[in-house]
Amino acid sequence: MKNFLSEIKYTIKNLLSRKGRSFLTILGIVIGVAGVIIIISLGAGAQSLVVGQVTKLGTNLVGVLPGQSNENGPPAAVFGIQIKTLSLRDLEAIKDKSKVPHATAVAAFVSGNATLISGKESVDTSFVATDGTYPKVQNVEMEKGEFFTEEESNAGNNVIVLGYDVAESLFPGIEPLGQIVKIKIPNNNPSQNLEVGSIPFRVIGVQKKMGTVAFQNQDDQVFIPFSIGQRQLLGIDYLQFIRIKVNDSNNVKATIDDVTRVLREQHRIKNPSDDDFSVRDLADAIKLLTGITDTLSLFLALMAGISLVVGGIGIMNIMLVTVSERTREIGLRKSIGATSRNIRNQFLFEAIVLTLSGGILGIILGILISYLVALGARFAGYDWAFIISPLAIILAVFVSIITGIIFGLYPAIKAARLDPIDALRYE
Amino acid sequence: MLIELKNIIKDYDNGGVITHVLHDINLKVEEGEFMAIMGPSGSGKSTLMHTIGFLDRPSSGEYLFDGENTKDFTDDELAKIRNQRIGFVFQSFNLLPRTTVLDNVMLPLMYSNSKTGHEKRAKEALEAVDLGDRLNFMSNQISGGQKQRVAIARALVCDPKVIFADEPTGNLDSKSGSTVMHILEKLNKEGRTIILVTHDMNVAMHAKRIVTIRDGEIVSDKKVEEKERKHSIRIDTD
Repeated sequence: MKNFLSEIKYTIKNLLSRKGRSFLTILGIVIGVAGVIIIISLGAGAQSLVVGQVTKLGTNLVGVLPGQSNENGPPAAVFGIQIKTLSLRDLEAIKDKSKVPHATAVAAFVSGNATLISGKESVDTSFVATDGTYPKVQNVEMEKGEFFTEEESNAGNNVIVLGYDVAESLFPGIEPLGQIVKIKIPNNNPSQNLEVGSIPFRVIGVQKKMGTVAFQNQDDQVFIPFSIGQRQLLGIDYLQFIRIKVNDSNNVKATIDDVTRVLREQHRIKNPSDDDFSVRDLADAIKLLTGITDTLSLFLALMAGISLVVGGIGIMNIMLVTVSERTREIGLRKSIGATSRNIRNQFLFEAIVLTLSGGILGIILGILISYLVALGARFAGYDWAFIISPLAIILAVFVSIITGIIFGLYPAIKAARLDPIDALRYE
Repeated sequence: MLIELKNIIKDYDNGGVITHVLHDINLKVEEGEFMAIMGPSGSGKSTLMHTIGFLDRPSSGEYLFDGENTKDFTDDELAKIRNQRIGFVFQSFNLLPRTTVLDNVMLPLMYSNSKTGHEKRAKEALEAVDLGDRLNFMSNQISGGQKQRVAIARALVCDPKVIFADEPTGNLDSKSGSTVMHILEKLNKEGRTIILVTHDMNVAMHAKRIVTIRDGEIVSDKKVEEKERKHSIRIDTD
C-alpha cells in the first residue's frame, strides 16, 4: 500500500510538472466524458419534461386524430396537413354510451389563428373551439369567471374564455369579465380579397397562468364554443381532434378499441390498414416523444464515443512520447530491481491517472453545462428537471478508466520491454 | 565465492554482423574484495560489468552468483537479484528528477518485498554517505558530488552484497570524486564487495585488485600492493 501511494505521488508529480501538456492530452477525454454526462442528463431532463407536459393534461385520456398513422410515427395531422375525415357524426357516435361505455366525457376541437380586438387594443393569438366538456378532458384552472357550459356551447352562444396573457394584454388594469371582444373572421379564401368582418364575444372567464401543457402555451390562447369556431371562423365542417376522458386507467385500452371499432363502422372500413384516423392514448404520445429524444441521444452518444476514441489516441500518442523521453528512468528502475510488470503497471497507471482526471474534469464540465441548459429551459418557461444520475457519473468514471487501460497498454508494454542496458545508455 | 564466471562469451548480432564482445572470460571474485575492471573504451569492460550485474545475459558460459548457477533464472528472478543483492552506481547518477533525495533513495525499496521501515532505512543509508541533512532537497538542488552520494545511498538501501560502480567519478571534479572514492573505500572496509569499472588508472588504484580487459579478453589480473594503493579522504566541497 505504501509502495502504491509513493507511486501515485510520483506519477502525479510527474504529470503536474508538465501541466500544459497533460491538460491538452486529456482534453479529448474531457470533452468525451462531458458529452456522456450531458447526454444522459439532458435525456433524463427531456424525458421528465415530456412526461410532465403530457401528464399535466390530465390522466386517462384518449385522443382521436384524422388521418392514418403507423404505430411509431406521428399522425399526419401533427405536421399541419388538413385531413377532413373526422365529422360531427363520428363525434356523436363516440358519444353513444352503448358503443363506448367507458367514456365519461368527449370533447371536439378545432383551432386556428385569430386577431382579437377590444377597443383600441388588439392581440394576435390562437383560438381553440371546443365543447363545454373541455374542463373534463383537460385540467383547467380559472383565475376569474367560469368556463362555458355544455348548454352555452351547444347553443352557440358568443362567449369566450381568455388565456392569462391574452387577458393581461387586452385588458391591462381593467376587469375583463363582461367585456366584449371581437374576433376578426380570417379570410379563408385568399383569392378573394374581401373584408369579412368580425364576431363579438362576451368574456365569461380568464384562465390561471398555466405555462405550457403538452408544449402548447396555455396562456396565449382563447377558448370559444365549438360550432362558432368551426363554422363561422374557420368555415369548415370537419373536426381536427377529439379527446375522450375514460373512467378508469384500466379501461383506456378497451376504449381505444371501442373508438376504433366505432370509427371503422362509421367510415365503412373493413381492412385496418385503410384506417383514415388514429386513436392514441397518452402512453402512446409519451412513447412517441421519448422515441424522438432517444434517437437524438443515440446520435449524441455516438459523437461522445468518437471523441473518447480520439482522446484515447491522443493519450496513446503522448504516452509513447513519455516512454521515449523517460527511457533512462526506465533503465534505472530496471537496474535497481523493477520487473517488466512493475514498469508496465507504472505507465499504465500513469495513463489511467491521465484519463481519470480527464474524466473527473469532464464530469464537472458536463454537470455545469447540463445545469446551464436546465436553467435556460426553465427561463424559457419549460418545467425542466436538472437530473444527474449517479449511474451516469459511475459510467463516466468507468469509461475513462477503460480508455486509459485500452490506450495506455501499448505504450506501457513498450516501456516494459525496454532492455535495461539500452535504456541506460540512451541519451 | 561470491562471483564465479566460467568461459563467458558475449556476442552481439547487429543485423547479421556478429560482434564478439567478450571471449571466454573466467573470473572469480571473493566476498569483501575491492576490484577494479580497467580497459580502454570498447574493450568490453562495460559489457562485462553488465553481465556480472545481471543487466545482460551471456551468450554462453556459466555464471555462479553466491554459489547459484544463474543460467536458468527468469527475468523476474534476475530483477530480484538486482534489487536485493546488487547495488549500482552510474557515471551519470540517474536520479529521478523533481523528486526528493529521500524518495530517490527509497525507490529500490518500492520494488522489494519489504513493506515497512522504508523511510528509516533510506535515512540510515543517507547518513552513511553523510547526507542526513539533505533528505528533503530536490535531486536537482544538490551538487554533482552530492548526487553521486545519493546514488550510493540508493545502491546501499537494500543492503546488497556487492556494489557495482561504473565510472563513478567520471562526471565529478577531483574533490567530489575524492569524497565518492572515500565512501566506496569505507563501504569496502565494512565488508561490502565493490566492483569498480573505470578507464582511469588513478581511480583504479583505489582498489585492491585490478583486472585489465582488452578486446574482450582479460589481459592482466593483479593485486595492488597496500603501499601503492591510493586512499582518498573526505573533502567537504559543499
